[in-house]
Amino acid sequence: MNRKQTTLLAAAVAFAAGCATAGPKDDIQALANKAIAESFKPGENQDLDRLKQDETLRACNQYRDNPPEKVAAAINARATGNIKYPADGKLMGDWKTGEKYYKMGFAYRIGTVEPDDPKKDRGGNCYACHAADPKELAFGTLGPALTGYGKLRGASDEMVKYTYEKIYNSQAFTACSQMPRLGHNGILTPEKIAHITAFLLSPESPVNK
Amino acid sequence: MNHDKTGRKTLALAVLLTLPTLGGAQEMVTADEYRAALQDKFANPGTMVIDQGEMQFKTKRGPKNATLEKCDFGKGPGVLKGAYAELPRYFKDTNRVEDLESRLVTCMVRLQGLTEAEVKKKVFADQRANESNTAIEAMAMYVAAQSDGMPINPPLKHAKEKEALKVGEALFFTRHGPMDFSCATCHGNDDKRIRLQELGNYATSKKDAQKTMLTWPTYRVSHGVVRTLQSRMWDCHWQMRLPDLDYGSPASVALISFLSQQAKGAVLDLPGMKR
Ligand code: HEC
Ligand code: HEC
Repeated sequence: MNRKQTTLLAAAVAFAAGCATAGPKDDIQALANKAIAESFKPGENQDLDRLKQDETLRACNQYRDNPPEKVAAAINARATGNIKYPADGKLMGDWKTGEKYYKMGFAYRIGTVEPDDPKKDRGGNCYACHAADPKELAFGTLGPALTGYGKLRGASDEMVKYTYEKIYNSQAFTACSQMPRLGHNGILTPEKIAHITAFLLSPESPVNK
Repeated sequence: MNHDKTGRKTLALAVLLTLPTLGGAQEMVTADEYRAALQDKFANPGTMVIDQGEMQFKTKRGPKNATLEKCDFGKGPGVLKGAYAELPRYFKDTNRVEDLESRLVTCMVRLQGLTEAEVKKKVFADQRANESNTAIEAMAMYVAAQSDGMPINPPLKHAKEKEALKVGEALFFTRHGPMDFSCATCHGNDDKRIRLQELGNYATSKKDAQKTMLTWPTYRVSHGVVRTLQSRMWDCHWQMRLPDLDYGSPASVALISFLSQQAKGAVLDLPGMKR
């Protein structure tokens, strides 16, 4: 690619991200995006739409997950505005069902080598990143431990709403959070998120024993 | 399979003899430790794959009925010793940066006359079907093994090599896919785990990158076959819920360039053996 093309591509990316000036980092990100476009091939079980970066991810990538305040506020606001709630309006579901979906993996893998069954039930795979029930020892440490979450914070309406929304779209509160936007991206339904909320907050849940 | 066994034993011994200096002057390797280490090396089923790879490398194939013995991995046609330690690198004949495996594809296309599609039709053995390594996996192991005991030292002179490093780094931090993951989500901080699996910090810790990269290609006990860096790059993208990363693609080569530059100086210990 010649310089002119590089600059053009960078400009396009910067424009898309709503930024007026393109710095050297934007040039490189444009090249990275070009490499991505050339590195996945259409075909059976390849969903190339998954490579599309939405406005939020484009901004996070541009700032390497460290957006300036204004950009971060815009991300928070967009995330909050897009949250969907269960049809019955109840954000606290059944903690036992929530336990199941807290534990269950994401599934959802594609490709020709080892795809998941697309009909397979999807969970939040929360133990991959967060401790919760103190009896479960196989927990990851990418996110903070949630052991005793409800006991420590109570289950006020405010906490219920915060917890539900955090799981639905973690970026409503923390722009460019490393936690996947599980509801927003369609991994978990609003109903499953309400069940998981109960697993974290209910006094009967082993999380709070 | 027997003819080069002694050669390899000498190599393994040479590596072992350098152990005391790695651990500091006062630290001596006891006879027991010495024996254990030696046994480990030969207990590694990956060593057998080196021999299989050599056979495949010297097998005539394709419309041109040629072997790969004239393949140039950057140190001249047919020179394998130390070549892998200096990959990825820029190649004039293709005008791009290539890693070990994309270079193997190039040679199979150019020297043997195969099409890229034919070469890439099946690159990874399926461990669930108990398959043994594919030809290209075995050949990658064979070529890489000729750099055993040498420090990882890919060049960073050509503009395209510098670009590959920068692009690879940017890719490492690029989030995409339905889980919003980037490589840095999992490999961006020290001492993190996903469930119980430890994740290295390849973003900023040279030590972690070195520790990981010096044992690739690696015999994966849970797969029962040797796995290569291209396979690991595919695997992590698969975990990111993305489509299949194309074998030898620009993104894969850029990521391997970044990881290899991060790991510079680590002494290759091949074949590796991992979970
Ligand atoms: C890939 C890792 C990852 C996964 C998977 C993940 N999280 Fe998180 N989570 C994080 C990280 C990192 C943070 C801290 C940053 C932040 O607050 O956004 C976090 C924060 C949180 C918080 C806020 C804690 C607080 O102190 O307010 C809650 C609640 C939470 N996660 C719940 C969940 C639940 C429930 C699931 C599964 C349905 C889940 N997370 C899945 C990484 C993850
Ligand atoms: C969702 C988490 C996750 C993401 C995202 C991820 N990885 Fe990994 N990575 C893992 C796990 C888990 C392992 C395997 C660790 C083990 O086997 O013990 C691993 C292993 C590796 C290894 C080999 C480590 C070793 O033991 O030698 C490399 C190299 C690597 N990843 C690079 C990458 C790159 C490059 C990306 C981005 C394209 C990436 N990873 C994205 C979770 C992830």
